[in-house]
Amino acid sequence: MSSAAAANVRLVEIGKRYSGTKALDNVSVEVAGATVHALVGANGAGKSTLGKIIGGVIRPDDGQLFVDDRLVRYTSPREARIDGISTISQELSPMPHLSVIENVYFGIEPRRFGLVQWRQMRRQYQELLSQWGFELDGNAKVGMLRTADKQKTEILRAVAADARVIVMDEPTSSLTSVETKTLHRMIRTLREHGRTIIYVSHFLDEVLELADTVSVLRSGRLVRTAPVAEETEDSLVAGMFGAAAEAEHFEKPRNLTTPVVLDVSGLHRKGVLRDISLQIRSGEIVGLAGLVGSGRSELARAISGADPIDGGTIAVDGTTRTIRSPADAMAAGMAFVPESRKDDGLFLELSLAANTTFADLRSVASRLGILRLALERRKTSSLLKLLSVEPPVPSAKTANLSGGNQQKLLFARWLLRNPRVLILDEPTRGVDVAARAAIHRLINNLAAEGTAVLMISSEIEEVLGLAHRVLVMRRGSVTREFGADPPLDAVMEAAFGLGGRPIA
Amino acid sequence: MTAQPSGPLAGDPAPAGDPAGPDGVPVPRLRSRRIKAEHVRDYGIVVFAVALFAYFSVASPVFLTSQNLLNLVFQNATLGIAACAVTFTIIAGNFDLSLGAIFVLSEVLGAWAAVHWGVWWAFPIAILSGLAMGLINGLLVTKLRVNAFLATLASALTFGGIAVGVTGGGLLITPTSSVFTFLGQQRVVGIQYPVIIFVVVAIVLQLVLAYTVFGRHLYGVGDNRNAARLSGLKVDRIVILTFVITGAACGLSGLLDSSMTGSGSSATSGLGGSLALLAIAGVALGGTSIFGGVGSVWRTVLGVLILAMITNGFDLLAVPDYWQDIVRGILIVIAVAISFVVDRR
Repeated sequence: MSSAAAANVRLVEIGKRYSGTKALDNVSVEVAGATVHALVGANGAGKSTLGKIIGGVIRPDDGQLFVDDRLVRYTSPREARIDGISTISQELSPMPHLSVIENVYFGIEPRRFGLVQWRQMRRQYQELLSQWGFELDGNAKVGMLRTADKQKTEILRAVAADARVIVMDEPTSSLTSVETKTLHRMIRTLREHGRTIIYVSHFLDEVLELADTVSVLRSGRLVRTAPVAEETEDSLVAGMFGAAAEAEHFEKPRNLTTPVVLDVSGLHRKGVLRDISLQIRSGEIVGLAGLVGSGRSELARAISGADPIDGGTIAVDGTTRTIRSPADAMAAGMAFVPESRKDDGLFLELSLAANTTFADLRSVASRLGILRLALERRKTSSLLKLLSVEPPVPSAKTANLSGGNQQKLLFARWLLRNPRVLILDEPTRGVDVAARAAIHRLINNLAAEGTAVLMISSEIEEVLGLAHRVLVMRRGSVTREFGADPPLDAVMEAAFGLGGRPIA
Repeated sequence: MTAQPSGPLAGDPAPAGDPAGPDGVPVPRLRSRRIKAEHVRDYGIVVFAVALFAYFSVASPVFLTSQNLLNLVFQNATLGIAACAVTFTIIAGNFDLSLGAIFVLSEVLGAWAAVHWGVWWAFPIAILSGLAMGLINGLLVTKLRVNAFLATLASALTFGGIAVGVTGGGLLITPTSSVFTFLGQQRVVGIQYPVIIFVVVAIVLQLVLAYTVFGRHLYGVGDNRNAARLSGLKVDRIVILTFVITGAACGLSGLLDSSMTGSGSSATSGLGGSLALLAIAGVALGGTSIFGGVGSVWRTVLGVLILAMITNGFDLLAVPDYWQDIVRGILIVIAVAISFVVDRR
């Protein structure tokens, strides 16, 4: 099996659009056979998209993909797999109720007369293990395995199917440092056996240690492809973020002396958040920066009662509150705009009016709980106009709105409650430029009126543009704090934890 | 005749294909085309009900008489009450297969109380026992996180078994006191009590659904449970309440049935055996989504009445019985398929 010839992959002028925005624009990359080729970039730079195109998970709109100088057009991951390209993705996708062996040989089981040859399959599995020098109990149920072992299953599955190219998308984002080392050892073994690895990651130290070549992407464009030996962490960060960003900058008050509204102290959630303390004053916007998986969203969800906490206190306006549910947080004066408006935010089948008033129906109902629909329409209508939601029709169906208008609608729901603390998780995700600017102005205005704002964004420019103070999270802790308008690269360095990974 | 039902309903699948732009283009511009398909989905059932009514009125001289129409509603009053109530459960995103079993056990317990404690006891006992069974369902679904389908299937078996145990497999004959039987057997201004009760229940439930905070919460929980929770709702409490309401309604239905027959029967050969499926068929035919978040009580009334009209009309026209089930089955498929086709974007 290891005798398969090393495959090279060539991407020529690849382009991919998602509802108008360019996820990839004219990207050409050559990947030599039997090398580890890393793709790096900030969130949304297009590195995962590029990996998925190679693996046949998504199809490019423009450009060509060559494997061994042969033009290929994959329409599914299955086609790519048959052609020798396997993808190991962020969301590991093995079948949890089947054993490791069953997963590894799924679809390629040795068969006779249509019956699976179990004994032969077990023998093949043992040969596979010894050939690659891996250890993994073949009878274990995959659902019971740790992430690292699930990954091992996926790698075995790839090599069992004779994969010549393996695309790994953020393989170490949920691994411990020991597990990461093991994975890297496996990757080197794969390379020695002539396999080509496409390694998508935002951990620059890993990339520098492991890869032969690295391609840097920024906002869907290729910045450069270079041998790793010529790069440093600083040079990669510079390539990933380029010069100053173009996000709108707002005037920021310095040295606020307004009273503290939100006071979080020693917040702890097992395995997710570690001893987090922060204070937000009235009228202050605090930005949370950090990589995906650093605990940003988890912090927002913990404060707002969406997820349980294991320790720590949360006080609003000086009163310590017991927060066990979103209802508790709302009663304390908090409002939380979650990361995914589709999964956690909106009622897509319901009207704009129903969505707007849902968290505060009592305000448009009589004491007996009977809705005053005319009042609801009026209130909704004026809010929709204030936020320039299009169309500003209370009876319109929410599913029919564009992403930007849906996001504004979500704001409308929480503005209705006049919150003391506004917690925003990715407030402009999947939103067009105009809506984005409108939302930024809105956030700024709310703060100017005295609301305490905690804002999370994967786009560092957005955080820097709005925040009066920036907290950087890494691996579940707040690791750095900056004042208004900190230098971009300093924040990035803190987010990447440059100088290696401090905490295991 | 069998071609008749497919007329107004199936008339418009073509424009329903894909009226929306390929990548979520703003809606208002596309209004004229999109609304058309949505109208078929939302109001096709009304047009169909009217057409069916008109057809039977013309085809049978007996159909359009007050006596026949009153009987039609009377015969479906117990089913209708249960169906209207279970609409709440379904809109909130759950399912209840135990309607028939609650109906039977409430009826039996009510009759048992009438026999042993006095006729008056039948009223509170039947309704309260239905309510209690609904509470059990609700707790199973929320606190034990048992899938609603399985939870109510299991509770249905259990309740049905208890009912047989109480009656010993036969009938409990209630005292022929007019105090008890007036509900099922008397009329007021020429209308049977069960008809009046059905109408009142349907109106009250529809008003609650459309005009109260609780009703709005049901839609929210059914449409997006996470969002409802993050908006501060006690989702479990709301879900439990839907089961309780459904249980109490089935208890009321059981009481009416027992009053009509002057007995309490644990037999599942009657309505008890088919109540759950017929009620859910009515709900689905009316256009309430079995995935939750979309629907209303008036739709369920319409769905139940369409099913009833088919039985009644076909009987009057002497169409063989098996055609009723065939046509009803096809209708449900068409109704549900239309909403799928329209919603697929």
